[in-house]
Amino acid sequence: MVENNRWGNFFAHVVLILGVAIIVFPVYVAIIASTHPPGTFVRGVMPLWPGTHAWENYTTAITEGRSRAGTPPIGGMLWNSFIMAMAITIGKLSISILSAFAIVYFRFPFRILFFWIIFLTLMLPVEVRIVPTFQVVADFGMLNSFAGLSIPLIASATATFLFRQFFMTVPEELMEAARVDGAGPMKFFKDILLPLSVTNIAALFVIMFIYGWNQYLWPLLITTDPEYYTIVMGIQRMVTGGDSEPLWHLVMATVVLAALPPVLVILFMQRLFVKGLTETEK
Amino acid sequence: MATITMDNLCKVYTGGVQAVTGVNLDIADGEMIVLVGPSGCGKSTLLRMVAGLETITDGTLKIGERVVNALEPAERDIAMVFQNYALYPHMTVFNNLAYGLKNRGFKKAEIDRRVREAAQMLEIGQFLDRKPRQLSGGQRQRVAMGRALVREPAAFLFDEPLSNLDAKLRVQMRVEIRQLQRRLGTTSLYVTHDQLEAMTMADRLVVLNGGVIEQVGTPMDLYSHPETTFVAGFIGSPAMNMLPADFLRAKVAAEELAHLPAKADLIGIRPEDFSTAPPGEGDLVLSGQLLLLEPAGAESHLHMRFEGFDKNVVVRLSHVPAAEEGQDLTFSVRRAALHPFDLESGQRVA
Repeated sequence: MVENNRWGNFFAHVVLILGVAIIVFPVYVAIIASTHPPGTFVRGVMPLWPGTHAWENYTTAITEGRSRAGTPPIGGMLWNSFIMAMAITIGKLSISILSAFAIVYFRFPFRILFFWIIFLTLMLPVEVRIVPTFQVVADFGMLNSFAGLSIPLIASATATFLFRQFFMTVPEELMEAARVDGAGPMKFFKDILLPLSVTNIAALFVIMFIYGWNQYLWPLLITTDPEYYTIVMGIQRMVTGGDSEPLWHLVMATVVLAALPPVLVILFMQRLFVKGLTETEK
Repeated sequence: MATITMDNLCKVYTGGVQAVTGVNLDIADGEMIVLVGPSGCGKSTLLRMVAGLETITDGTLKIGERVVNALEPAERDIAMVFQNYALYPHMTVFNNLAYGLKNRGFKKAEIDRRVREAAQMLEIGQFLDRKPRQLSGGQRQRVAMGRALVREPAAFLFDEPLSNLDAKLRVQMRVEIRQLQRRLGTTSLYVTHDQLEAMTMADRLVVLNGGVIEQVGTPMDLYSHPETTFVAGFIGSPAMNMLPADFLRAKVAAEELAHLPAKADLIGIRPEDFSTAPPGEGDLVLSGQLLLLEPAGAESHLHMRFEGFDKNVVVRLSHVPAAEEGQDLTFSVRRAALHPFDLESGQRVA
């Protein structure tokens, strides 16, 4: 890329702009659609300029939903999704950082075996083990509860593996210096390893939060009580609810609201996120 | 302040590698002991055993009057300076120094006093609020020293602390560490592979080879009276020339070697013991061809080839001679400068 080729540049930009347009246009349409009154869509023509009903549509979606068609207001669903995503994220992070700590810094029998067992679970995403997991959760009486929504998704080989890789790049002398300085294992973990992992934690936080937020199949399976519906399910409910035509303006408002938190998380943690994926401070 | 007593220390790694074998060493209070040897000789392992970072397979280790074999590093009252400094990257210099004290439950005022005192001693006072990555190599080295200093421990352990510095800084820090150690009078164990560093810093030198102590003594002892061919070759730079006795006997008059025992079949001569001055009574006279002249300003190294010996012999002169490469030169060597060894055992024989 040293050459400064005018046509090459032009061509590259065309491709990039096309790519961006393909991704952005549907999002734009969703946002536009969420600002028009219900009648607009019946005509079958999709307007491309913002309408005037934005406030009305969003307040309806958040506070009322389509109550008559069995879709609760999505305000509650947003909250549910948030709790589930946070529980999954925090649970995953704390369990995986601790297990990585154990695997890297302690010598115990079957250490390698345990590592591989954790690693193997990478091959078993929720969708593969969904029936037995459902059975277990049902037997524990955790259907229709936040515990049921989040606990089965908490175990994370990916995060454990990433933390393990990071810990292995931390110079061993740091641990030895801490030992000489009188810090026991947990103190070393808290005072030295955790602060050094901040950027990694942030990066994983973003990834895990979005993973948790976007869960669809699992919440759909174990929640029958509208009290525990999550926002991603809510979109589906909005579309299929009742016998009437889908209310596209409300569906689109729901879609936009559902997409918003992951975007915000990325915006706010972008700096740390990129740092965590690219940089290791030693 | 304490003595360190090593009694038959052994280290065998899981897998059977014998890293340290039967080390006996008594370190006096306030003494600076330098462990020196080639890489893999077990010097770092031995230091880490004293620190408590490696378990002791056999033998007893006492710091002061306490047997510390089973104690954690923190309980041994030692402080260690690591080769790569091992500063906590996310902590300021102040916190790096204070961490060990905080963990030991010192009062805030006391921590503050000690840190500032150490920082002043090491001239890092203006960096206390900085992070290690904002410091130069030499400054980091000082912080690492400071972390050991604030603890006021019974012993300092240095694991090649200067090997990450450039040559100029290394010489400067060498002097500073030595002065500091003298002033504080803290028992110190210092590991290095640099024989010059070892010679200049040590009260007593310990030369290790293959996990075994070759010789212990003051630097000058080891220099002027090496007990083994290994020590002879390791201490002094350029290394001592090792000449077969048969070759020398063919070269010089028989009576000039008559004082050497019959078993001495390998004779060591230090490069600096060759002289261009006219030979005195009983001196050996050797002449050979100059292969290569390395002038170094104040001194010069001459790579000589003597007939009948197929290796280069290095001669060090305290001046640069006006000689051409290929020219024949004659040197005299005093009898007393000969180091006789037994070739087979590598031991000194007189």
